[in-house]
Amino acid sequence: MQAHEPGSLLVIVPAYNEQGAVGEVVREVARHVPGVPVLVIDDCSKDSTVAVARAAGARILPLPHHLGLGGAVQAGYKLAFALGFEYVIRVDGDGQHDARDIPRILDKLKESGAEMVIGARMDVEPDEWHTGRLRALGTRFFRMVLRPILGKSVHDPTSGFVGVNRRALSLFSSSFPLEYPEIEALVVLQRRRFRFEEVPCRMRPRKAGRSSITALKSLSYIAHVLLGVFVNILRYDGRWRRRRQSRSARSGTGDGG
Amino acid sequence: MDRLLLVSAGVSLLLLVMVLISVRRSHIRVEYSVTWLLAAAVMLALSLARPVVEYIRGLLGLPDTPLAVFLLGSALFLIVFFRFTLIISRLRDDNIALAQRMAILEYRLHALTHHES
Repeated sequence: MQAHEPGSLLVIVPAYNEQGAVGEVVREVARHVPGVPVLVIDDCSKDSTVAVARAAGARILPLPHHLGLGGAVQAGYKLAFALGFEYVIRVDGDGQHDARDIPRILDKLKESGAEMVIGARMDVEPDEWHTGRLRALGTRFFRMVLRPILGKSVHDPTSGFVGVNRRALSLFSSSFPLEYPEIEALVVLQRRRFRFEEVPCRMRPRKAGRSSITALKSLSYIAHVLLGVFVNILRYDGRWRRRRQSRSARSGTGDGG
Repeated sequence: MDRLLLVSAGVSLLLLVMVLISVRRSHIRVEYSVTWLLAAAVMLALSLARPVVEYIRGLLGLPDTPLAVFLLGSALFLIVFFRFTLIISRLRDDNIALAQRMAILEYRLHALTHHES
């Protein structure tokens, strides 16, 4: 698997114990975007995720031990960048994302020139979401927190259905949040003044297995993500200040404060 | 008060011996034992030097000496924990980067051997 053509796309599927759904996810991607390679990043599953994905026609990137979602996704980004892919779209291994939306995300990436395109749950009522009201509440909360930071509103910051171009790939290969990557990744993008867009997408209940974000973990999730967002802002401010200081030093003028 | 300082000295001595035994058995690497040895030595010295503890108590304006010993011990071990948190975080980052690199190399090696055969 090597990206020879300009504009080449790779679909990555981070998976951990997804033997019940990952096969269908791979087949569905192959059906709707034929010819596009699918890379399943196996986060050291204990079940037969690897065998099922391989039988469905996916390439496998097997991690030597469990890294968590962020670590798995970043491994996929690193490989895609090294192989020269221009675009990467991440699809979850639980079957929640509809592969029919992949061409729309790709088109938006190409048309808008934005570094990242999020497949957002826009046409679905919060009550219909598989994780129910808790997720809807969390999403609303993060929407509120992120708006002043990003300078624009984001409808579905927790969506894992995400497409990135090569510039974002380069950035995420060196700096990517490891615990709960979706929201923090937006702040990482903002630090570089990169743009993101959203495309309304269909979402389905997961086909098999259990979500890694349970009701009990939600509070810890919120605390972790808020801290991650805050730390990323601090990093940005630190860099901005250093840049300003070095510019002042070069021009031989003081900072004035 | 004397009993408290005696207990504190005993615990510090025990910690010193435990760390030294662990280093000798290669359970703790030498570079990581230094922080523990230093902390235990400082606690032992403070426990044996009552006038120093009294001086620090007066300096901090604390009502009694046991509280001063407790606070000094806590501060010392907080520094030790902080140092080890830094080390663990760096090791975790290195570990993730290494695991990703290994997976990518394995993938490329597999692709290469597949291509050759």
